[in-house]
Order: sequence, then C-alpha cells, then structure tokens
Amino acid sequence: MRIWKDAGHLIRLALLLGMLVVAFLVIRRAVIPEGFGRYGHFRPAALEDVRAHPIHFAGRAACEACHPDVMELKQKGKHAGLSCEACHGPLAKHAEDPEVKPVLPKVVALCSRCHEANSARPKWFPQVNTKEHSGGESCEACHKPHKPKFGE
Amino acid sequence: MQEVLHGVEGFMYPDEVELQWSLLIVLYPYITGLVAGAFILASLERVFKVEAVKPTYRLALLTALAFLIVAPLPLQLHLGHPERSFEMYLTPHRTSAMAMFGFVYLWYLMVVLLLEIWLDYRKEIVILSKSKTGVMKWVYKAMTLGSDNISPGALRVDDRVGYVITVIGIPSAFLLHGYVGFIFGSVKANPWWSSPLMPIVFIFSAMVSGIAAVLVIYVATTLLRKEQVDMRCLDTIARYLFYAFVIDFSLELLDLVHRIYEADESFHTLDFMVHTRLYVSQIVIQIFLGTIVPLLLLAATQLARFQEAARRRIYLAASVLTLAGIFAMRWNVVIGGQLFSKSFLGYTNYKLEFATREGLLPAIALLILPFLILWGLVKLLPPWPSKEAAA
Repeated sequence: MRIWKDAGHLIRLALLLGMLVVAFLVIRRAVIPEGFGRYGHFRPAALEDVRAHPIHFAGRAACEACHPDVMELKQKGKHAGLSCEACHGPLAKHAEDPEVKPVLPKVVALCSRCHEANSARPKWFPQVNTKEHSGGESCEACHKPHKPKFGE
Repeated sequence: MQEVLHGVEGFMYPDEVELQWSLLIVLYPYITGLVAGAFILASLERVFKVEAVKPTYRLALLTALAFLIVAPLPLQLHLGHPERSFEMYLTPHRTSAMAMFGFVYLWYLMVVLLLEIWLDYRKEIVILSKSKTGVMKWVYKAMTLGSDNISPGALRVDDRVGYVITVIGIPSAFLLHGYVGFIFGSVKANPWWSSPLMPIVFIFSAMVSGIAAVLVIYVATTLLRKEQVDMRCLDTIARYLFYAFVIDFSLELLDLVHRIYEADESFHTLDFMVHTRLYVSQIVIQIFLGTIVPLLLLAATQLARFQEAARRRIYLAASVLTLAGIFAMRWNVVIGGQLFSKSFLGYTNYKLEFATREGLLPAIALLILPFLILWGLVKLLPPWPSKEAAA
C-alpha cells in the first residue's frame, strides 16, 4: 500500500506517542499512593498523618471545667464570645497537667491587636489610639480583660 | 499592623488586604494570549489561504511555541513546588477548572503546535540531518524519527495532516485562551471578573496581542537579517490586526455599557476604583494609549495613502502600543479584581516588589525568556529560506 509507505513517519510518530502514553501510565500506577480517592481527592493515609499531629489547643470546655469563676465573669461581658485560647494561646499541655503553668499574655500588645484605631475596622467596633488613650498605663489597670467594659 | 495596612482605605476583610495573585499571574494570560494570537495568525495562511501572510507563517508558529514553553512558568513560580505540577496529570481533579490547565496545555503543545511544526518542517529536518555534522546531525536525526522519506507522496500526506491539525488547532487556540478567560469569568464572588463575556474578550484580545507581537517580531527579524520587509505581508497583517482590534474593542465596550446600564450593587465601587487606583493603567494606558491610539493609527492606514516607510513605522508604533495596552488589560483584570473589598466598602494597594520570587525582576526575565527560546528555535528550524537556497 502506497499510503502506508508514504505515511511511515506518521506511524513512527504514533508509536512514539503511544510509548509515551504507556510510560506515563506505568509511572502513574507506580507513584499514586494506595487507595487515592477512596474518601475524596486525597490519599487515605493523610488522615493518619493529620491524626498523628500533637494537639496544641485544649478547647473551651477544658478551661471551663477548672475555671468556672472566670467563665462566669466572662459570660457577662463583651468578650463572652471569645475563646480562652484566642488570647491565652494554645494550652493543651496545661490542661493535661496543671503544673505546667501558662505564660500570661502581654496585655498592651494583645489588646491593641483588635482595639488599635484603624480606618479599615468597622466604625462600631471599639477602638482607641493606645498611646493617647492610656497615657502609657497598661490596659488592665482600668479594664478587666475578662469583662472589659465599665459598669457592665 | 499599620505597616501592613498602609494603602488600605475603608473596610477590607483580613484576607483581602494582601493580594494573592501577583504580577506573575498578570503574565500568565498575557503570554498564553500571545500564543493563541500567534497561532491564529499562522492559521490564516494555512486554513483561510491568506497567501500574503505566508512570510510570517513559520515565524508565527515558532513564536507561539516559544511563548507556550514559557506559559506555565509564571504559574509554577507563583505557586512554588514546580515538581508538584506533574501531579495534576497523575490524579486529575476533574471538577476544578484550574486543575485542568495541564490537559489544556498539553493538548495544545503536543497535539497542535509540536505536531504542526514537525510536519511543516519535516522536509528541512531530513535535509539538515544529512547536511549537518557533529551533534546537530544527531539532533536532526532524532527529529526525523528515523524516517527520511520526503518523497512528493510523503510531503503530500504531511500537508494534508498538517491542514487537519491546523483546523483542530483553531478551536484549540480558542480553547486555550478562552479557558484562561473562563478561570476569571467563573469567579462568581468577584464582580470585576464574573462575566460570561470574559472568555470571549480574552480570545479577541489574545488575537490582537498575538498578531501585534508577530508583526513586531517579523519586522525586527527582517531588519536584523538586513532583508526587505514584505510590505504586502505587513499590510495584510496590519489589516487583520485592525479587524481583530475593532471586534475586541466593541466587545469590551459592550461589557462596559452593560456594566454601566446594569449598575448592580458593585458598580459604584468598581467605578470609583477605575477613576482612582486604576486610572493610569486602565484609562490612560489600556483604553487611550493601548486601544484608541493604535486603532486610530491603523484606521488611518486603511483610509489614507502613506509611503512604505511611514506605514511601517505606523504599524510598528500601533503594534507596540497594542502590546502595552493588552498587558495593561491583563494587569487591570488580575490586579484590579483584587484591589476592592467584597464588602464594597474599601480598597487595598498592590505593592510590586523587585528582586523577590514574584517581583518585577523574575517577571522581566520571564518576558525575555520566550525571545531567547525563539532565537534558539529559529537557529534550529529557520523560518525563512536560507540565503544559499535563495541564491
């Protein structure tokens, strides 16, 4: 057949492409982790990997179990919705062993993280220019962090 | 905190303050647009039989290939971990448009461009594999795939198959760039992007930028070789540039008029942004210098008679302005779409860095790289008849 003679180079090209596809399929088979896609677009062993990570946060319930007085005070104030560890940092070790004492947060830096005056914040949100507002005093000299507003 | 918020006005959600898509993501649609546009110009000769543009046919194909090789690099540099890009082929995520990029890219590279270039150059490759010596002989020999059949019958087969591939290539070029537009147009949470017109506008702007790029490259390479520019060819390319540009401009105007008339809840925010932060890049560079001026220049050459040298300069000026304008368009889409808050109550700033992974320096390098690749490709596969052959 003349056409096959003249199209011989195309057959070579098709064979080359075919070999590339086969090589790809072989590599694919070899490198895809076992069970990929069983639960979703990830490898099932990833769940084990994530589970093996150490836990850093104890969770609010653990704090409430030992510090009901603080919880009661906090629930009356504006910070009622904040999680304890949002300010105090991760405390799983302290929750497991109360002898491990948590480091108290640096108050001025902590308060100004949310309450430093900033035009990008909603206007209704309480915010101050810390230097002008406190005159160098630490925030907790006047505000109780767990129930910050006066007269609440 | 204050440092981070420098340049922020009004209210931004925390994840909007810093732009996630940088200058490199501006380059990505720009470069793929050049690929698609250059290929569509090449197809004018092959499929639509516009004989006048023949001198640019091969150059346009090589330009498309040079830019296509660079097209994924901005993405890889932006994401980091380039070794992971292979994983999207191994475990394709079929519901994610972004994750399908690899297949769109591979189809265009392997099935369209490489194949068409190979078929078109096969005769030269076989001849060069016999005439060259040393390493290059073996490079060309490998490229022949061991077949040195360049009989009239075999070349006729190449021509037929090449034609079919170009016909497949045109919708593929539309797919490649329409896909890039789709990525932006389908982000429904972003009113600056979310528009079904986006893929179509991207395709036509791609054609405009690709044609302009090939025109500039053709004139530059011809002058560098101390040859005569084929004015019939140049006039024809400029005419097609003009036609594509008129359609592109009309589509963008349609989009603009639609947005103004619809005036949905995002309109005032976007309008304010265009008149302030995007004023220079959108109104001055994209619309005035990059669209109206080149359109007027090209229209002038259609309406009035100019000397050859004057026409050449006008075409070049119009093409360079067009390339700058389309770059500004990509900038305005990518960067503009991230400057305003989804709350419509605030704006942020994009601070372009210099010598960082996503800074100006790598962006410049990525824009120079296709020209180096093109230089190599031109050396390997000369797109014009050699002087000896012509003599």
